[in-house]
Amino acid sequence: MANYITMKNICKNYIGVQALKNVDFSLDRGEIHCLVGGNGSGKSTLIKVLSGVNQPEPGGEIIIDGKTFSSLSVQESIKQGIRVIYQDLALFPNLSIKENIAFQIYGETNSPIVDWDAVESRAKAAMEIIGLDMDPDRLVGSLSIAEQQLVEITRSLVGELKLLILDEPTASLTRKEVNALFAAIRRLQARGVTTMFVSHKMNEIFEIAEKVTVIRDGEIIGAYPPAELDDDKLVYFMTGKTFRTEAPDPIDPSAGFILETKNLTKKDEFEDISIQVRKGEILGITGLLGSGRTEFALSIFGMNPPDSGEIWIDGKKEKITSNVRAQKLKIAYVPEDRLSQGVILDQPILENLTITVFERFLEKFGLMNLKKRRSESEKMVQDLLMKISSLDAPMRTLSGGNQQKGVLAKWLATNPRLLILDEPTVGIDVYAKNSIYELIKNLARTGMGIILISDEILEVLSNCHRVLVMEQGKIVHELTPNENSAAELLEKFNLA
Amino acid sequence: MSKVKSIFTSSNAFLVYLLVVMILIVTIINPNFLSAENFLTILRSSAYSGIFAIGFLFVLICGGLDVSFAAVATVGQYIAGKVMINAPGTPWIFVVLIPPLVGVLLAGFNAFMIYKLNAPPLIITIAIQNIVFGVLQFVTQGRWLSNFPKWFNEFPLKLVVSTENSNGVLYGLSVLTVIWFAVAAIADFILKKTVYGRRLYAMGGNIEAARRGGIDILKYQMFAYGFLGFCSGLAGLVHTMVTQTVAPNTLIGNEFYTIAAVVLGGANIFGGSGSVFGTVMGVIIMAVLTNALTIMRVPAYWHQVFTGGILIASMAVTAAHARRAYKKG
Repeated sequence: MANYITMKNICKNYIGVQALKNVDFSLDRGEIHCLVGGNGSGKSTLIKVLSGVNQPEPGGEIIIDGKTFSSLSVQESIKQGIRVIYQDLALFPNLSIKENIAFQIYGETNSPIVDWDAVESRAKAAMEIIGLDMDPDRLVGSLSIAEQQLVEITRSLVGELKLLILDEPTASLTRKEVNALFAAIRRLQARGVTTMFVSHKMNEIFEIAEKVTVIRDGEIIGAYPPAELDDDKLVYFMTGKTFRTEAPDPIDPSAGFILETKNLTKKDEFEDISIQVRKGEILGITGLLGSGRTEFALSIFGMNPPDSGEIWIDGKKEKITSNVRAQKLKIAYVPEDRLSQGVILDQPILENLTITVFERFLEKFGLMNLKKRRSESEKMVQDLLMKISSLDAPMRTLSGGNQQKGVLAKWLATNPRLLILDEPTVGIDVYAKNSIYELIKNLARTGMGIILISDEILEVLSNCHRVLVMEQGKIVHELTPNENSAAELLEKFNLA
Repeated sequence: MSKVKSIFTSSNAFLVYLLVVMILIVTIINPNFLSAENFLTILRSSAYSGIFAIGFLFVLICGGLDVSFAAVATVGQYIAGKVMINAPGTPWIFVVLIPPLVGVLLAGFNAFMIYKLNAPPLIITIAIQNIVFGVLQFVTQGRWLSNFPKWFNEFPLKLVVSTENSNGVLYGLSVLTVIWFAVAAIADFILKKTVYGRRLYAMGGNIEAARRGGIDILKYQMFAYGFLGFCSGLAGLVHTMVTQTVAPNTLIGNEFYTIAAVVLGGANIFGGSGSVFGTVMGVIIMAVLTNALTIMRVPAYWHQVFTGGILIASMAVTAAHARRAYKKG
């Protein structure tokens, strides 16, 4: 394949930090190239240099199709046919699918009148390439996050597309949607489009990538054909360490139930769910998006009260009709979508960590003991090994993994006896994942009951005592993980 | 099929139902209400607030807010009034161009400040409203203007279509109503058919995405606020034609009537949605309500209670609609 883009000696400094150190990176025309690295490794900076959002330090070169640039502007990058799909999508929820897709063509002609036929036909053509089979008149705001992402990818096809950069595109997609996405990427490849793909999911990397570039601490470790790599090698390249996941400690079979649900049912969401969680037990719940697992979890947390059935906490029957009540019962829920539900991005880390427990720092006349709040926050940061520059920095400045730890920390501060984790490792790197797994197991050792909800079967199998599979609102399978579990689940439920 | 269905279930349809029900109820109580003459009178007297509302809709759609439009309109009224009194020979075309021009300039200044200071539009326009109103009171000393030239007295009495009522009095479709509807038609065209309109909706839906998509935010804010300024000037002019006086304090203070009408018409106060049809309906419903209460001799303070009630009821319906639209697409 012919060389398409070469980046030579690219450096980028932020205040006090060298985000990219003499990076050499190249893309061949039409290849599917995977970029992997931990949070804060410089992946995002590299993407921003290509998309023109950040300009590299003088001395570097970006050669595109034989043309040399010392840096790119956003306009130049777009002119070169480079499109980036970020994780926070840039869509207009109040407009239709077709208008979102064809929005760029408004600028193409000098006519101020919108050619609705052109909008429709261009949108449909792009949708066909991606395989997006939807009514183009639907409002984007009515779509799921996964569907919205496909709309945004489709949009990049309107106009000249040479390089598609996808920043963790699969983080919120179901397996079926991942298949659709990969099919779309291959169809784009057939049209000569190069794809650069950032992912944390090993199996996906091996499935789609033709070349894998590993970046760590702002330096390129190397570019490898996937055949030369395996899971362990890749993790080692990314982190410089090897990991071994240990099974959780066995639970005391005589330990009491922290949570028991009896025939919990909510119309159109979940049906007849009876589960038990013992003290110190980690219960995994897996199943495709839409299986009702989040709705079920929210019903335990009081935010989605069931129609019928019973919830018993520590041997007592409870009616949990609000999250305030759930918190009183020492139940904590860490939501799936930390960006919209878990953190307040522009508030300082300090505020984010203590928001669930700030009553604890109130003293005479309702005044807050700021010293105590700060010292307890410092302890939380240490306990979870969060990497932060300062407690006063906004939450936004943290990497995904550290944000997720922050969300965990704030709920752990409430001393829960039952902790519900909904997709706790989405979009965070291997290193952060492993430290969260360690944390979960340590918490279980203290007698906390934990429900771990996840798409990734390997995640639940290697970290849970028991695993439940949900499908269309029902529990369809229960197993105790052993070496055959993965194959069993894959075969039975097509979860991979 | 789905298109036919959506006509009956859309929030615009709700407004039509609401108007029909209101007319039915009022007619049962007072049969005098239901007449073409009364309805045409309502359309004439609400022409100016209808024009305000169309302009305000543009600003709402792009995600902005402006409460200074009545003050802006008053400035235009005053300058035009002064010109007509001090130089009665000024050609009419110059006179009628003054208020919209003043409106565009002041509203453009609003947009510029909002963009440059990156400040909440509500605060900026409250500030401008106060400054303008204060200066107006100082300059005018609260004096009213009247005795305008003959052409200015006669033009607003023109009827485009007319007929006689049983007493032999001429009535019909006022030229002022036609101006309102013409503005509405132009606005509808801009919003639905032009790149400008679509980009306003886009900005109101997700301003960050609009920025990333290469939309010049300042330019389009200038456009939306400028259009409101133009409409404000025109509305002020139409208002002066109806009342034949200019007073510094008649329009100012009634901004919320317009805002309520636009929101009643289905526009989202946070931007991104709203239609000209809905806005026109919102104005008509508010005007019919006021007119009906007057005909039924309900004391004026109850008008406000009813207005508030209607507004809350329509919010409830719009919210339910939005939920359904987002669920089912």
